[in-house]
Amino acid sequence: MAHPTEPGRAVDIRVTGVTKEFGGAAALHNIDLKVRPGELLALLGPSGSGKTTLLRIIAGLMEADRGQVFFGGLDATCLPVQKRQVGFVFQHYALFKHMSVADNIAYGLQVRERANRPPKAEIRRRTAELLDLVQLSGYESRFPAQLSGGQRQRVALARALAVEPRVLLLDEPFGALDAKVRKDLRAWLRDIHERTGKTTVFVTHDQDEALELADRVAVLNQGHLEQVGSPEDVLDHPSTPFVMTFLGQAARFSADIRDGRVLVNGKPVPVAVQRSTIGRASLYCRPWNLKPAAVGQGHHTGTVSGVRRLGSLRRIEVSQVDGTKLEVEVPLRTSLRLGEEIGLEILDGMIFRED
Amino acid sequence: MSDVSSALLPPLRARGPVITERHWVRRLTIAVALVFLFLFLILPLVVVFVEAFRRGLGGYLAALQEADAQAAIRLTLTVAAIAVPLNLVFGLMASWAIAKFAFRGKSLLITLIDLPFSVSPVVSGLIYLLLFGAQGVWGSSFMAHGIKIAFALPGIVLATIFVTFPFVARQLIPLMQEQGTAEEEAALTLGASGWRTFLTVTLPNIKWGLLYGVLLCNARAMGEFGAVSVMSGHIRGLTNTIPLHVEILYNEYNFVAAFAVASLLACLALLTLALKSYLEWRHGAALAGGASH
Repeated sequence: MAHPTEPGRAVDIRVTGVTKEFGGAAALHNIDLKVRPGELLALLGPSGSGKTTLLRIIAGLMEADRGQVFFGGLDATCLPVQKRQVGFVFQHYALFKHMSVADNIAYGLQVRERANRPPKAEIRRRTAELLDLVQLSGYESRFPAQLSGGQRQRVALARALAVEPRVLLLDEPFGALDAKVRKDLRAWLRDIHERTGKTTVFVTHDQDEALELADRVAVLNQGHLEQVGSPEDVLDHPSTPFVMTFLGQAARFSADIRDGRVLVNGKPVPVAVQRSTIGRASLYCRPWNLKPAAVGQGHHTGTVSGVRRLGSLRRIEVSQVDGTKLEVEVPLRTSLRLGEEIGLEILDGMIFRED
Repeated sequence: MSDVSSALLPPLRARGPVITERHWVRRLTIAVALVFLFLFLILPLVVVFVEAFRRGLGGYLAALQEADAQAAIRLTLTVAAIAVPLNLVFGLMASWAIAKFAFRGKSLLITLIDLPFSVSPVVSGLIYLLLFGAQGVWGSSFMAHGIKIAFALPGIVLATIFVTFPFVARQLIPLMQEQGTAEEEAALTLGASGWRTFLTVTLPNIKWGLLYGVLLCNARAMGEFGAVSVMSGHIRGLTNTIPLHVEILYNEYNFVAAFAVASLLACLALLTLALKSYLEWRHGAALAGGASH
């Protein structure tokens, strides 16, 4: 029996062609996803994007209409949830209310058939070990109602780890916690992941959480997998406008591409494109891709409608003629008044073709 | 600071009640409720026991030990012993299905479960008689195989089941809906079988609500008159339950015996009430669902 803190042999998770419909509306379209062994992968998307559905299909809590799920070499598509040996952590903990912390953690071992059930002393030892791992030693005989949210979620994780799962799946694990606890638990989860080495998938709608915690991020939108990549990848090289706008502030400009140059309102922008591309496109700019300029200068104009301090920078909100707003990051010393009309110079951005 | 300001303000009482009715309104309302309760509930209950003991303890015991009374008690216990467990199983399955699965016709099922509450028991008894009587739709074929349903134990049990089947389900449906499926799903991911999950996770979460429903179901099963009256045929010593036996004794002007037997039902009611209050007091949160977490 492997020590819970000892990195076991991690397996990969492969999802191929998974499609799921709810009452005619597709929740997942033909999803292909490969989670590498020992990796911590975030399924990121807005609510209704299908991320929880995908996680539940991997766990076996839901059945896909089409497609397959593999754990390593094992085709788990037709395995019932009990046989998949996944560790699942629910958003609202789902601890057994009427059982003590120790009984909650031991549950997965207690329900095994007699032949596979470890002896009582062994179960007790493992429970103590896991309590130590989640830093809750001394809480054995407490009941879930006597614990804080963060403590409950730690018990839930210990319970999931007790059965030596093939993979660990977490559904918005920090969604029900307050901001401070959430931050602490993130670092702690990262630490646990490094110690156990389990292939882990967690669902979140919080970009910061995904980018800070995950080795790779899979971005979902309306049942489509938009992009899978490292945090750097999805931030710096978003493959779709959705990924660009979902992972942070971005202003959109209409652009023309001609002779290998990108033009916004007829003025060239220093963004490289292939010579052969031609036609209309959208240019998305982060707040730091824009710079205030004198009126009439730059690519665009607008009115300053808000100024906020953001650490060592200032963020100004600029209202455009059509009423939409965009954000620009400026150094602290820049003096701008509310209601002042300014020009905007585009320094950089991401080009997406309009088809 | 607060001492000073409170000293300057007039005392609360002098300004009259702010958020509640005046004292005399409250007293009057409570008094009316109490008088009503006394006249219509407590007084009749007292009368039952006074009449039952009119000829002393000896007369009371004699009435209960009489052969027909004993048969009625046995029959009532038998009927309850069959009907209540069946309704327990039915109620559990119905509320499980309604709370944990999504399916077409769910709201129709919920409405149907309430049907016995809205149909007069006499009418439901008559329907069963039409179906299972000697000339009934199915009754005749049962008769052909020598199985007697109407005017016999099976008929009485059927009528009782019909009248009492909402109790367990009605108690459990809101409770199970409230609790959702997350704990069961957690147990499944940990490798527990469906049956094991039910025994170790679902049942502990609903046990007090279940007990409460069974209690009410049992009280009604033993006290049911209308539907059973139609189905039983009033055969003395054979198909008379306690309520039917009481009626017969009363119609024969045998008041002491009638009230003596009736006092058994009154005791059952008091016992049920006591247990019910205890459950509400001790496990109120678990009965209402959710709040205990």
